[in-house]
Amino acid sequence: MLIRSRKPSDPLSSEITSQSAYEEWRQQKTVSRRAFLGGTLALAGTALVGERLLEMSSPSHAVSAGTKLPNVQKSSKYTTDEKQTPYSAATTYNNFYEFGTDKVDPAKNAGALKTRPWTVTIEGDVQKPKTLDIDAIMKLAPLEERIIRHRCVEGWSMVKPMDGFSLSTLLKQVEPLGKAKYVQFLTLDDPKLLPGERSRTLDWPYSEGLRLDEAMHPLAMVVLGLYGEYLPNQNGAPIRVHVPWKYGFKSAKSISKIRFVEKQPKTAWNTEAPQEYGFYSNVNPDVDHPRWSQKTERRITGSFLGDLKRIPTRMFNGYDEVASLYSGMDLKKNY
Amino acid sequence: MPFAPKQRTLVALKVLIWIVLFVPLAWLVYGALTNSLGANPQSEIEHQTGEWTLRILLLSLAVTPLRRLTKWNWLIRFRRLVGLFAFFYASLHFFVYLWFDQNFVWSSILADIAKRRFIYVGFAAWLTLVPLAFTSTAASIRKLGGKRWNLLHRVVYITAVLGIIHFWWGQKSDHTDPIIFGSILSALFALRIWYNFRGTPRPSPAPRPAVTAAN
Repeated sequence: MLIRSRKPSDPLSSEITSQSAYEEWRQQKTVSRRAFLGGTLALAGTALVGERLLEMSSPSHAVSAGTKLPNVQKSSKYTTDEKQTPYSAATTYNNFYEFGTDKVDPAKNAGALKTRPWTVTIEGDVQKPKTLDIDAIMKLAPLEERIIRHRCVEGWSMVKPMDGFSLSTLLKQVEPLGKAKYVQFLTLDDPKLLPGERSRTLDWPYSEGLRLDEAMHPLAMVVLGLYGEYLPNQNGAPIRVHVPWKYGFKSAKSISKIRFVEKQPKTAWNTEAPQEYGFYSNVNPDVDHPRWSQKTERRITGSFLGDLKRIPTRMFNGYDEVASLYSGMDLKKNY
Repeated sequence: MPFAPKQRTLVALKVLIWIVLFVPLAWLVYGALTNSLGANPQSEIEHQTGEWTLRILLLSLAVTPLRRLTKWNWLIRFRRLVGLFAFFYASLHFFVYLWFDQNFVWSSILADIAKRRFIYVGFAAWLTLVPLAFTSTAASIRKLGGKRWNLLHRVVYITAVLGIIHFWWGQKSDHTDPIIFGSILSALFALRIWYNFRGTPRPSPAPRPAVTAAN
């Protein structure tokens, strides 16, 4: 069952830039959520509601979703005035097979994931392998809020404010060796906390990878928060990467290991169905998925009629600045 | 004697089936109006209409085996209604694809049907239901004659197989649901083959005392 306010109150892009308007919107959202809880608690007796109530009533969960991140600076470079996806949609419609294969499963099942303490081990072909605590990672650089387009390979997309910093900031900590050509990201391997890892839907733990120059591009991001708050578990808490010019599955969630390697690493969806999901998986309207066209997408903004009209998908998801990474490459072959 | 309801009960049951089979659609319309179908309601409606088509199609295929199992011959009087509902949901599913998924861009629709096995198998499944729906009247049975009508309506087996293949090919990696639907279809097939193999069931003789004693 889904928890939604009856009228998702989307902020206009002009409003989101102002801190006070944003706060006001957050308050409205909380009020409507409380009204909803009061009215239909019996009907909506789900784990999600329980989670929310716990978070609201228990101050000990200081780093859980719904807690505001301190000192987030809005990025002037990585922003867009496109209509944003409501928070409720971004946190209840997730592909995160570690918590179930339905889009609504992660919001229901991700509560069990403990995100503190949490460490990320960075190893492989590096000068100084390191295991970093999540709280240390959060202090590596000032947190920046980027408003980012997220395009799923399934043909839908969202616009979300994501908080973090460039992935390169994290990767530079370990001084990669010259022979490192690729970076691999591994999700936490723990079937107790990630129950989906018990069924053989994918080859666990979830693995994704980037070419080193892709990973070092400033647009590739370490994400620690969403809409100015700590990352909800279902969105990949406590740390995920986001590579906005690629399909969503390239951006691994709940990462516990990062490896620098010489050869192209095995990646989860590419292993599952190589003809459908290539290693590069750049957003590309000219390369169809075998089962559907990638020319258009449904932008999820919370309006039934508004979202009916599909919009054209743009090359590299509209992030043209990454094109030079692929000069001379045939992107139809290297899909 | 097998249970045989009165005419009035049969009519009441028919009305009940109408109502029950409209519930999934009513629920989707309600969900769309109250915005309770999740973040991507368009895709939810597309998937739900497809799954309900398969459920109702399997229900229509279950009528005959169930009739033979229970000897409730009156069940046959609901078969056409259930079958037509399967066609109704299949058409709805197809229409939702044309509208929500393709925004009625015909060039893209034609390319999609021609190019993708997942799509053309689904389209073929819907297509096979069209002649069945149009010959579902009593007049059609008279016109075609019982034998030819029965032969034509066996096409529904092909529809079910195509429908489940379409469902299977539409899944990303978790095939649990198509496997469940496929298992039910296989069980229904097995029952039919079993009954055909045994031939037409004769009126059962009076129970022998030996059998009663063994119990």
